[in-house]
Amino acid sequence: MSAEHRLVAEDLTLAYGDEPVVNGVDLAVAAGRITAIVGANGCGKSTLLRALARLLAPRHGTVTLDGRSLLDRPSKEVARILGLLPQSPIAPEGIAVADLVGRGRHPHQRPFAPWSRRDDEAVAAALAATGTTDLADRAVDRLSGGQRQRVWLAMALAQQTDVLLLDEPTTFLDVAHQIDVLDLLTDLNHQRGTTIVMVLHELNLAARYADELVVMRDGRVHAIGAPRDVITVEVVRDVFGLDSDVIIDPVSGTPLVIPQGRHHVRPTV
Amino acid sequence: MVSLAGTVLALFAASLMVGNTFYGPGEVLRVFLGRPTAGAAFTVGELRLPRAALGLLAGACFGVAGATFQSLLRNPLASPDIIGISSGASAAAVVGIVVLSLDETAVSVLALGGALLTALVLHLLAGRGGFAGARLILVGIGLAAMLRSMVAYVLSQAAAWEMQSAMRWLAGSLNGATWLRVAPLAVASTVFLAALPAAGRTLGALRLGDDAAASLGVGVARSRLGLMLAAVVLLAFATAAAGPVAFVAFMAGPIAARLVGPGASLLPAAGLVGATLVLAADLAGQLAFAHRYPVGVVTGVLGAPYLVVLLIRSNRAGGSL
Repeated sequence: MSAEHRLVAEDLTLAYGDEPVVNGVDLAVAAGRITAIVGANGCGKSTLLRALARLLAPRHGTVTLDGRSLLDRPSKEVARILGLLPQSPIAPEGIAVADLVGRGRHPHQRPFAPWSRRDDEAVAAALAATGTTDLADRAVDRLSGGQRQRVWLAMALAQQTDVLLLDEPTTFLDVAHQIDVLDLLTDLNHQRGTTIVMVLHELNLAARYADELVVMRDGRVHAIGAPRDVITVEVVRDVFGLDSDVIIDPVSGTPLVIPQGRHHVRPTV
Repeated sequence: MVSLAGTVLALFAASLMVGNTFYGPGEVLRVFLGRPTAGAAFTVGELRLPRAALGLLAGACFGVAGATFQSLLRNPLASPDIIGISSGASAAAVVGIVVLSLDETAVSVLALGGALLTALVLHLLAGRGGFAGARLILVGIGLAAMLRSMVAYVLSQAAAWEMQSAMRWLAGSLNGATWLRVAPLAVASTVFLAALPAAGRTLGALRLGDDAAASLGVGVARSRLGLMLAAVVLLAFATAAAGPVAFVAFMAGPIAARLVGPGASLLPAAGLVGATLVLAADLAGQLAFAHRYPVGVVTGVLGAPYLVVLLIRSNRAGGSL
């Protein structure tokens, strides 16, 4: 089991230029659990994740890790605790899977120390956990979208952090691969106690896979809590401006949002 | 990688042995051991050894500097000889030779300053994006054109003998290499050689994109600036010593990437490829033709078609290094 770390945002205001994108957010990430941040496009959910990952300096307020401001801690030290899978990482042309995954070891390496056996073991474990061991020698740019996402995930795993942040890890994947990635993250959470925070677009998958939902609207936290408490017809209307029915997902028992558009609505008797 | 190092070593040895007079490996070795035969002492020890050392070091510096730029900017066109930094050295050197009538050492110092100043101007002009992105490449190509027209103007005002020595400098040549010219370059490249493995790893992380690099614990802005600065310094020292040997910085990185893949060993491989190119081109320029050509002429003939091929290819595929 991994150590529990406290990742906390206090009175957090974030901006690109003058317009604040996130406004006065307080959030204590639940250690050892899976948190999903959801909300409409442009609500600031990815921006919030970037600040949690130390990629964006707060305009106001703080993000602290175990009581100390993220920005005050050395970047490599933070990178041994906090990993991030960005939304669109770049694979250098022709790079092999094992080589890419190995770059996850960067925060564990000292400038003049050679590649160690622990590095080898971490890479092998990350490949095994993501089912990509057989791909180790293949070029990343020749893989399918689903395989590629597994490889990036393997790089984040090789970093061996107790907290893993993911920015829309299921975008560009078909439904089977979306489930595949989310199952993998759940395994990681169950087996190692890794704290997971992810931005997700797909509301119903978020409601199914997250222990804790953070619903954002216009740069603020609109609702927070267990999916069954948070996902209601009112919240969906407030946040997405969408009428819907909320039923119980027959597979998982979690809330399932059935959107209502202007067409294809069965006349009620 | 081992075979690359072997190639460099073989070329280095060949540069010591071959020339107007051939000296066997035994005679060359005796020069190193301090017990040379009469003719070899001067020809190998004083003429060929500094020349080969200059070719080796300058080639390696060009290769490493070029690959660093190309990796950081994720574009094979972003080599310092394309984006104006070499042109800055050339412009300063030509002014030094023609306008100020300086001696060789002073011209080298001026060329060094010219390269560093051009890099600084480029950094300021490229604006807030800093050392990143297509903007820098476009600004650099424009800057290179300006500096080249300045070189042309100064040359048009030059007297015949100054013209000749300026043209020789511009072509890039190992002729007249002396230990005095090699020494500063040797010091600079030794310092940076020690930092190469760490630099390679940081570069490897940066190539995954800024966000991914930051999440791996790389201080992105600081590392990028540091790597660029190191590359500029290496390039400036090499150019000051050997002149702007055409296209070596530009070709070494992509060739190395093809040979060893884009992994962490890219930088050392690029250095070896750079040294190979310069040593081989110099040997060819000395021996292969009826007339002797400076090394930069040979690499230029090789490099120009490669640039055209690369432009066509990258237009089609948007390719990277």
